Amino acid sequence: MTPISLEAMAASVPNGALVALPPDNSLPSVALARALIRRGARDLKLLGVPVSGFATDLLIGAGCVVEVETSAVSLGEAGFAPRFTAALKEGRIAVRDATCPAIHTMLQAAEKGVPFMPLRGLIGSDILAHRPDWKVIANPFAAGEDPIVLLPALSPDVAAIHGVMADEEGNVWVGRRRELATLAHASKRVLATVERRVPGNMLEDERLAPGCISATYVEAIAVATRGAWPVALLDDYAFDAAHVAEYAAMARTEGGFRAYLDRHVLARQAAAE
Amino acid sequence: MSIRPEERVAAALARLILDPSAPPARHIAVGAASPIPAAACWLVRKQGHPVRLSLLHKRSGNPFTEGSRELFDLTGQGRIDLFFLGGGQIDGQANINLVGTGEWPGTGVRFPGSFGSAFMYLMTPRTILFREEHSPRVLVQQVDMISAPGVSPPAVFRRGTAQALVTGRCVFRFHPDRARFALESVHPGESVESVRAATGFDFDAAGTVPETPDPTDAELALLRGPVCDEMLETYPEFCARVFGRRHAA
Repeated sequence: MTPISLEAMAASVPNGALVALPPDNSLPSVALARALIRRGARDLKLLGVPVSGFATDLLIGAGCVVEVETSAVSLGEAGFAPRFTAALKEGRIAVRDATCPAIHTMLQAAEKGVPFMPLRGLIGSDILAHRPDWKVIANPFAAGEDPIVLLPALSPDVAAIHGVMADEEGNVWVGRRRELATLAHASKRVLATVERRVPGNMLEDERLAPGCISATYVEAIAVATRGAWPVALLDDYAFDAAHVAEYAAMARTEGGFRAYLDRHVLARQAAAE
Repeated sequence: MSIRPEERVAAALARLILDPSAPPARHIAVGAASPIPAAACWLVRKQGHPVRLSLLHKRSGNPFTEGSRELFDLTGQGRIDLFFLGGGQIDGQANINLVGTGEWPGTGVRFPGSFGSAFMYLMTPRTILFREEHSPRVLVQQVDMISAPGVSPPAVFRRGTAQALVTGRCVFRFHPDRARFALESVHPGESVESVRAATGFDFDAAGTVPETPDPTDAELALLRGPVCDEMLETYPEFCARVFGRRHAA
């Protein structure tokens, strides 16, 4: 698989797409999020898998997003996500609250190609009360009364992930973050930025193969060095807590957020990603 | 070195974990922003109790090989015995609110969101609710919205609920049969009256309520030594602030 440029990858994401992003500890492509901002993406719907972090706040602040479905939005130690909170308060985004295992389950249903899957719990939560797309049925296998929730299959238009490496075949190594495999299997398109390319085929290496997303699912690769920054990339580099704290402070105001975008997103050349 | 409030609360949590009247805690999971519960779990482990700890945000040696969904699959099967939850609001029926205040989805104050609580609270045999801030804005008569309910109708499948609520002022036990908290102990400097004044919900209290005991010398030695060693990587700021120790980068 021949890599494409990061900007070409961003250009391939249509306005209005449902874009799935893993949280800050699980290999989101922050580089692709920055490139989507540079290309002026609009009306995106974001899915947190299963929660949302830095990249989601950045895209919302830049005006790229109309809806977020997630189990939580947070900057971790740096606190609440300021642009998410502001957009919610001003009614600029629709927020569909979920709970972590529900998002995993909806993706697992899509992965299996079945229309829905059941999940325990949830009954009595106001999350369920605000999700008309989630149904409670009587467990058809139970002898007695046993209400259980059914969740619809969810197939994101685009999964935006950042892998450690891609090989010549387009297999992408994500280590133990196997929820990314479920996400990849469930999504219509996987767009993967990676730190680096490696020769050969990782699926021929027993030690690497279990940490791979097979190229079967991968539509395109773009090399983006430090493409998860400022969040961590497994044991390659750590979470840049100082930078995220600086972002959190600047993004408290619209003007501060604009200054952040100018400095760290818009001025950043694709080659520097 | 005087006893820090965090050390007292960690020791109190450890005693709740080991409570012989509660279902056994063989496998405990601890979420991201929970350094004091994590310290309590490590204390139990370092006391020699054979408990498996799964620390969700441990960067090196993360316990899960199937990604973040594995915690929920384990819990769905009943293989996680104890979990910790907090809340932007917690009410007198042990309902927790991680969504926000005002109208849905948080037109007043928006909290981060419910994370896995709507599942974990029902599917774990016991939950310890933990929130350092003990004030009428956190401990409310009724939460504005329910991320996860404290009690459920009998027909709803549920393995357990809150065992206790531990705050910076006291320890409450939860009694699901009557859906009420009872004051079990107050931390030094607090009284039934001061706790009532700081609590938005009504609760039960005996005539005299004991003081939350000090950690023993042995507990303090473990917390400041081997427990801190285990926590330095994941919670560097907490270890620096509470134990005065820095992670050697």
